Amino acid sequence: MDFADEQPKLLMLMYGLIAFVVVVGGLLLLLDVVPAWFARRREAQLVAASASGAPLPRRRKQREGLFALFFLLPTVLLLTVGLVVPAIRTTMLSFMDRSSNDWVGLGNYEWMFSDGSIVRVLINTLVWVLLVPLVAASFGLLYAVLVDKARFEAVAKSLIFLPMAISFVGASIIWKFVYAYRGEGDQIGLLNQIVVSLGGEPKQWLLESPLNTLLLIVIMIWIQAGFAMVVLSAAIKAIPADIVEAARLDGVTPWQMFWQITMPSIRPALIVVVVTLSIATLKVFDIVRTATNGNYDTSVIANEMYNQAFRYGESGQGSALAVFLFVLVIPVVIYQIRNLRQQREG
Amino acid sequence: MAVSTRPRQAFVIAGVLGLALSATACGTGDDKKSSDAGSAECAAYEKYGDNDGKKVSIYASIRDAEADLLERSWEQFTKCTGIEIDYEGSGEFEAQLPVRVDGGNAPDIAFVPQPGLVKRFADAGKLKSLGADTKAMAEQNMPADWLKYGTVNGTLYGVPLGANVKSFVWYSPKTFKEKGWEVPTSWDQLVALSDKIAASGMKPWCAGVESGDATGWPATDWIEDLMLRTQTPEVYDQWTTHAIPFNDPRVAEAVDRAGSILKNEKYMNGGFGGVKSITTTSFQEAGVPITNGKCAMHRQASFYANQFPEGTKVAEDGDAFAFYFPAIDPAKGKPVLGAGEFVVAYADRPEVQAVQTYLASGEYVNSRAKLGNWLTANNKLDIANVASPIDKLSVQILQDKSAVFRFDGSDLMPAGVGAGTFWKGMVDWLNGKPTAPVLQGIENSWPK
Amino acid sequence: MTTATPTVAVGSQETDAPRTTAGRVRKRLNSRTATLVSIVIAVLWTIPTFGLFISSLRPEDEIKTTGWWTAFTNPQFTLENYQQVLFGQSSSSGQLAGYFINSLAITIPSVLFPLAFAALAAYALAWIKFRGRDWLYIAIFALQIVPLQMALVPLLKFFSTGVTLGGVTLMPAWDLVDEQKFAQVWFAHTCFALPFAVFLLHNFISQLPGDLMEAARVDGATHPRIFRTIVLPLITPALAAFGIFQFLWVWNDLLVALIFAGGTAETAPLTVKLAEMAGTRGNEWQRLTAGAFVSIVVPLTVFLSLQRYFVRGLLAGSVKG
Repeated sequence: MDFADEQPKLLMLMYGLIAFVVVVGGLLLLLDVVPAWFARRREAQLVAASASGAPLPRRRKQREGLFALFFLLPTVLLLTVGLVVPAIRTTMLSFMDRSSNDWVGLGNYEWMFSDGSIVRVLINTLVWVLLVPLVAASFGLLYAVLVDKARFEAVAKSLIFLPMAISFVGASIIWKFVYAYRGEGDQIGLLNQIVVSLGGEPKQWLLESPLNTLLLIVIMIWIQAGFAMVVLSAAIKAIPADIVEAARLDGVTPWQMFWQITMPSIRPALIVVVVTLSIATLKVFDIVRTATNGNYDTSVIANEMYNQAFRYGESGQGSALAVFLFVLVIPVVIYQIRNLRQQREG
Repeated sequence: MAVSTRPRQAFVIAGVLGLALSATACGTGDDKKSSDAGSAECAAYEKYGDNDGKKVSIYASIRDAEADLLERSWEQFTKCTGIEIDYEGSGEFEAQLPVRVDGGNAPDIAFVPQPGLVKRFADAGKLKSLGADTKAMAEQNMPADWLKYGTVNGTLYGVPLGANVKSFVWYSPKTFKEKGWEVPTSWDQLVALSDKIAASGMKPWCAGVESGDATGWPATDWIEDLMLRTQTPEVYDQWTTHAIPFNDPRVAEAVDRAGSILKNEKYMNGGFGGVKSITTTSFQEAGVPITNGKCAMHRQASFYANQFPEGTKVAEDGDAFAFYFPAIDPAKGKPVLGAGEFVVAYADRPEVQAVQTYLASGEYVNSRAKLGNWLTANNKLDIANVASPIDKLSVQILQDKSAVFRFDGSDLMPAGVGAGTFWKGMVDWLNGKPTAPVLQGIENSWPK
Repeated sequence: MTTATPTVAVGSQETDAPRTTAGRVRKRLNSRTATLVSIVIAVLWTIPTFGLFISSLRPEDEIKTTGWWTAFTNPQFTLENYQQVLFGQSSSSGQLAGYFINSLAITIPSVLFPLAFAALAAYALAWIKFRGRDWLYIAIFALQIVPLQMALVPLLKFFSTGVTLGGVTLMPAWDLVDEQKFAQVWFAHTCFALPFAVFLLHNFISQLPGDLMEAARVDGATHPRIFRTIVLPLITPALAAFGIFQFLWVWNDLLVALIFAGGTAETAPLTVKLAEMAGTRGNEWQRLTAGAFVSIVVPLTVFLSLQRYFVRGLLAGSVKG
């Protein structure tokens, strides 16, 4: 490694950090100094007003909005450029042909629901989004309960959380190794080795639909269960002791305790887990791409969208698939709105 | 307001530090001037004009060791003209290039392996047509049937660069000699030999189509080769341009003929298992069993020579070599399936055109060929500069006047088919799906 | 990040109840069975990574012909794979060291920016009353679903052509070269991270006790002051939690880096090089396994060392306070 080559990079990193300090620090400074200046002016006005007997100026309400504007400005600007504009553009493209010149109405959507292989993709996505949050959250919860207060808790949790640190591509490579098949000679894949040592015939696991979709889902669950476990375990620990004690004095069984005390108490945490996992699953892309590339009936929407839009040059069809993803998340959004309402009221 | 001064101070200090660092960085970087123009060995490069210190970016799918050779191949050019070439190779090339181009961030030059993709960019008005020098150079050096594939609506956009020959069957000359097998020169001999080997208890063929996100492509080569052998070249052209439907009986005939080898459990898949193992065997590994006696024949392009384990002698009397995939009906001529990449430009600055012209020139192709592992259809290529026996054989086939050359059909089709449903369809087909529904599915997916 | 989190308000969540519900369930479940089941799960979860690790230490021929478990009966280990991947001089092998620096230069600002912006936004959405804030929050939440693949082309256009409105140039093209392109990657990662960051931090900030804010307001503190002196110290755990998430995400990202930084050695992160090694050399398991392990080491270290904050951050964010 030649250090001279690396110097400009480190310099650039430093510029980035400086920019961070300037932007964030500057923003806070601005918000601190400017209102202070206004406050002094208002004070002066108040003094002047009370001296002359004129009515007091009222500005407090407006200032709140102004603060909100500055707090939100960077986020809103970045989101507009980075996500809102692209989302609008994608929606428009979904009604256009592949050259993005002519409008085709609902043509791309018709294609999506009539092409057998694409319908298969939609069904697969549905299976993913139903199974992953459910199984990963259940596993996480089960494990969190099992290791709670155990002597080896910290180590045990780290082991389950470890896959989170691995990229989706890396994880898929690891599992491809597990599912590997050799027609002749020794098996190098663990799964087939187990099957063989139990006296079975080695199989090409990733070829057999619909089993293969489940095997890919295993990869996602493997990665995400740790996330669910950490959040839920934290929530369990946060249940106030007095509630537990009271319930115990009432003589409830452990089973009742779990369903009547634990579950309601960790409900907000469970919601965060399920919502986050659902969205992550809808967008899952790397796993399918690395493990099977969507062959053997395993493709999902995000993967097919990438293929259509970038590899096949069918930007209209790719965009229609992306829009369908937006649509799929609407139930989650409605659920969030209800939650927010309840929270604001409560 | 104690806070107010702190960030500012920090900024000033950091800024000063930054300036100091950048000053030293500049100090170390700028001392070498690149051009060597004027020396004797640079005489041939004078025609590329004065572009000293200019930069040209090239983007392609060639990576790894191949990319090293590529960068070495234009060292002399850079030295003499002072044009610096920024090369970037990516495995995501086909998907990333459209993104970069649409995003206004196109490279100056790209090496595109698919005529279908060249057409897409040309139709969208993204490509620059060739400069006069480049065009003259290309027309002088390149065979007409190759230029045709770089031409869109009568305008030449892509100049062919590297090439490869796909109609090859790899085998082990050593094993063949030991067992007393003869290299087949007709289709019937090929089938007879396969049966003979199968009867001896060895799987005669091995194949593998797994190739990451391009899984399936080696199988499409089989189909194309058999289209050229069961049908006339004209029918082949009609097939690639969709003048006949994808599920035409003539296509089905070719697919079934390929199936008589590929989907034959008696023949497949030496070293890996049964027919189904073809889809999960990586194309890089697929032909290796011919060197250890587990498989006798492997149909794959000339570039497969690089995939054999280190120490394998690739020669007519060595551990591995290839014979021409024989024709079925000699009356239809000697069909040759091949592929290659095309140099297209997204900019028309003089230095970009100079590089384009250079890449079409005899100096370049011979400079590249000398480094090995490479061939081209460029007729300025001196076969003496081609070292490896398999490349020599390929060049001979490419320069053979009696051969009927056709470009890889899947690269000519729209990407949604040629790099999409055709690949995937072949994977399903190898996995046991019958020919008719597979072809019907591909036909349905052809963009309207 | 300091550990000096004032323990004022988050109180109840941090108390370690001597007897939690789960603890009781576990005791009743026959503690031995529970231990056994948890060990089985832990082993199942660890085996794939462990297999990869063992493989990365085996010679090439062994990896390709026999399963990694045979290494226990027939031990043959080597560091050759790591040697090749990390310091190999031909560009066909690794030279990962340079890419490592790129990864760092990309990741650090890409974590800091969204963290700061999202914290500001989440505070405003939770504690400043203005019209339409619930809708704004829901909109930001919903933006999580926009597939970032669809944002690549418009964002790239934004950098390469700038913004013009009715002939007036609002922002010129960026025209960055070489390592300056990191700035584009930071920008892109920040955009893509914000929806989730705002969602997570809003969950946390909105649960902070309201009387604390009210008291400060009554004392005449402005929003920036409350944010800086009261909120920021309290949400350190949540910031750490999101920071780890974002770090893992950026470190492991491939697509964004490839598009906005390019795949050359000057700017490409580790993942680009690893994908390359997997792609051109699909069968070179020995390099792949070692390379994968090298890329895992940093996120793993970061995770393990910050795990404490992470757990606390998520905990407080998801539980009603």
